[in-house]
Amino acid sequence: MSENNAVAKNAETPRNDAALQPPTDVIEDANGITLYADMPGVPKDKLNLHVEADTLTIEGELSLDLPEGMESSHAEIGLPRYRRVFTLSRELDTSKVSAEFNQGVLKLRIPKAEHAQPRRIEIQVG
Amino acid sequence: MYYRSLFPRDLFAEIDRLQREVQQSFDPNPSIRGLARGFPALNIGGTSKAVDIYAFAPGVDPATLDVQLVKGMLTIAGERKIDPVPEKATRHIEERFAGRFRRVVSLPDDVDANAIEAKYRDGVLHVRILRKEEAQPRRINIQ
Repeated sequence: MSENNAVAKNAETPRNDAALQPPTDVIEDANGITLYADMPGVPKDKLNLHVEADTLTIEGELSLDLPEGMESSHAEIGLPRYRRVFTLSRELDTSKVSAEFNQGVLKLRIPKAEHAQPRRIEIQVG
Repeated sequence: MYYRSLFPRDLFAEIDRLQREVQQSFDPNPSIRGLARGFPALNIGGTSKAVDIYAFAPGVDPATLDVQLVKGMLTIAGERKIDPVPEKATRHIEERFAGRFRRVVSLPDDVDANAIEAKYRDGVLHVRILRKEEAQPRRINIQ
């Protein structure tokens, strides 16, 4: 790739990278966190999840079956991409994240590390 | 009920949108149903053959979706149930829509009310209504 190309590509990145933030629910219980995110229009193979250090990134590309030559007259989903980034906390065990993706809804379960699980502390009365 | 924009954009997209909304706010004739927002989000487009409507309704049981076409008005209604928060759990972020929904779209005059099909895939309902035969473009032979 020539230098020129690389520069042009960089300049375009912010626009091309623009994304919608999927609406999300986050629920915490004693053993971990459950995250739900709405990403309608994303097929399973276009969903991308990754954890790097304490950052969780959820990304997905829309793939709609659009007829050829369609002219859009109204668009509330005006970008072809979803992205959302969360900062995780240390007691979460990122090596045990499990994910389900069904009809545009992502469900992530991030358990807490063993040592971070709640313990009941006996109170001595004396 | 007011729901905040269900799919907020990132910063760059948000600046673009702001610019467009400022322009739109000078439009003296807004829609009678107010701002076009809600659940499910809708995208509408058309070709010379059909009108295509995409309703972004993730995690909805397709059997509970009700799509009706009456007098040129297409109604998409249903209910979205969300898993309840278990006991002793805390909800930190709550943004996803839950409950009954209904959206209405008025269609152009040239659609054929009998040629309608609906598919649900990846959380998107795609309704396609063909235009009437006589409204489709025809090539006229010159003798």
